[in-house]
Order: sequence, then structure tokens, then C-alpha cells
Amino acid sequence: MKNILIIGWKTLTKPSGYYSLGALVIGGFIAGIIFWGGFNTALEVTNTEAFCISCHEMENNVYEELKTTIHFTNRSGVRATCPDCHVPHNWTSKIARKMQASKEVWGALFGTINTREKFLVHRKRLAQNEWNRLKANDSLECRNCHNFDYMDFTEQSERASYQHSTALASGEKTCIDCHKGIAHQLPDMKGVEGW
Amino acid sequence: MKNLNLASIAGLMAIVLSPVFTSFTVTAADKAEINTVATLRDHTKINTQKEPNPIPKVVNKDIKKARNYPMQPPVIPHTIRSYEVNRYNNKCMSCHSRQRTEKSQAPMVSVTHFMNRDGNFLAEISPRRYFCNQCHVTQLDTKPLVENTFTDMHSLMKQKTANTKEH
Repeated sequence: MKNILIIGWKTLTKPSGYYSLGALVIGGFIAGIIFWGGFNTALEVTNTEAFCISCHEMENNVYEELKTTIHFTNRSGVRATCPDCHVPHNWTSKIARKMQASKEVWGALFGTINTREKFLVHRKRLAQNEWNRLKANDSLECRNCHNFDYMDFTEQSERASYQHSTALASGEKTCIDCHKGIAHQLPDMKGVEGW
Repeated sequence: MKNLNLASIAGLMAIVLSPVFTSFTVTAADKAEINTVATLRDHTKINTQKEPNPIPKVVNKDIKKARNYPMQPPVIPHTIRSYEVNRYNNKCMSCHSRQRTEKSQAPMVSVTHFMNRDGNFLAEISPRRYFCNQCHVTQLDTKPLVENTFTDMHSLMKQKTANTKEH
């Protein structure tokens, strides 16, 4: 075992004796494209709704709840899928979120929330994670679609336009402060601010 | 004896079935009345699927509607789509509860909601008044299916005094 490792290390540190520099550079470039492309494709596959609801925890709980809301079906047919709200769009944040998601793989393997009852027990903690994330990034995932600068207050109801033109415009509040539970049912809200 | 039995059976049959027969022989006037009662299916044949009526919009003007009598639960003048009221949460209370009204400027739930059935005041909403939608409902922007002939006490009394003055 040790010998194999030593041979491997020696091969890596020695200059190439057989292949031309050109072959190595071009070969490396092509391999890079293939590997990077493959990585990105795999990453994008994990960023689809079909992938999310391939786990029954997601399909039977949160996805079922989403179906009744305006983010699933509405007059104009614009839909929000799971990653639209739950995965950051810019690359570094996305990778950071994907690394955090390894915890979720652990949960799926060991069945942390594999029944509705277990899910409800953990619901508050899970919801709190998402609220904290959205609070920290000023509801970035909401704002990927809902752009404040293009909101027409005259089209909103009086109450909505009042709140949006004061608390939201001044930056005192962010979307998630008021719009909790718009896509899924709420946990027990005892002790949550504003409830 | 046998004849008597038959006669009594026939008599009983007549009594029992008479309402059925009369219902078969409704007059033309009755029929017209039956057909004017609005139902969701209207005159659709039993073997066809009726095209559903368009769903009217919920009135969302935030303007109080007058109550038809003092004890009437006020109607909700705004949309309540996906407002959760269950054992964990009561979304209505995030504006209408005593603690939240200063911030929200929404009307506070009335004191009766804090009373238990013996009339004692509790510190929180009484469980029997917890489910808002049992009494409070939104209004739809549409024509009523059935005409409402309700007259409130105030107008009745006004009419009465006007009538007595005439005589």
C-alpha cells in the first residue's frame, strides 16, 4: 500500500517522459471542459424540482402544501419551483448552500423526517433556518422575481401599498418579515415576531 | 274476511302513497316556482356536466360594511387567501389581537371573544371563539343567487311610526 502511494507520488512529481507538452495541455484543456461541464450539469440536475421531490419527505409534505398556493398555480401561469426560492442564484452562495445540503442528505439517509409526524416536530426549526437565511440576505430569493423598483403601488390594495411604501421602502422590514407561510403551512408560531 | 283485508290494505296504501301521488301531480304554477329557485346546477340535465360559473372576486376594499343588526358578526372587507387558522396559528390574530392592533390599526376582536360561556373574561381569546371563519366571512363582488328581503329593525320601526302618523 505504502509502495503504491510512493510510486504514484513520484509519477506525479516527475516531468512527463512520454507525452508532449502540447498533448498534455490540450488534453488537460479538453478534460477540464468535460469535468467542469459534468460537474455543472450534475449541479443543475440537483437544482430541479424533480430532484427535490424525488425524496418522499419533500413530495408528501412541502410540495403538497405548495400546490395550493399562488406560487404554484395562478392566473398568469408563472411558477416558482423549489430551487427558485430555496437555492441562491449566484454561484458562490449556491455552492455554499449545496455544501450545507449535505446535512439534508444525512437526514434523508437516516430518516430524520420520514413521517409526517416527525416532519411536524422538526417543522419549526426547519422553517426558522429558511427565515433566517432570507432575513440575512434581505429576501434575495423573493427579489429575484419581485422587484421593488417596479412595484406599482396603485395596483396594490390600500393596506399592501401602505406597508410596502413605508416599512419595506425604508428597509426596516424585508419580505419574509410579513410574508411567512406563503408557500408552505406554518409551524407553531408561538414566540415568532409579529405573531 | 279476505275481502275486508284487501280493502283495508288498499285504504292504507292510499293514505301512505297520497303524498307521493300529489308530488307527481304538481301544478304548473308550482313547477314555475321550483324552477326559479337558484341552484348551482340550474336546469342542467342530470347526465351532463354543468360548466361552472366564474368565481367572483373577493371584495378587498378595507372599508367597513354596515351591520344588518347589532349582533351581526362584521364581515371581512379584505381577502384572506391562505390565512391559516388552525391549532398552531391564527393569522387573523396577527393584526386583530389586542396586542397587535396598535401596530396594525385593525379593529380589535370584541370583548365577547374573551368571554367563556359563563360570561367570565379570560386573558386570551376564548377557545370557543378561536375559529374566525365560523362567523366572519369575506364578501364576493357578484349578484346574489337569491334575492334577500331582509329588513332591519331600524327601517321597520321607521315604517311603523310613519304608518301610525298617517292614520
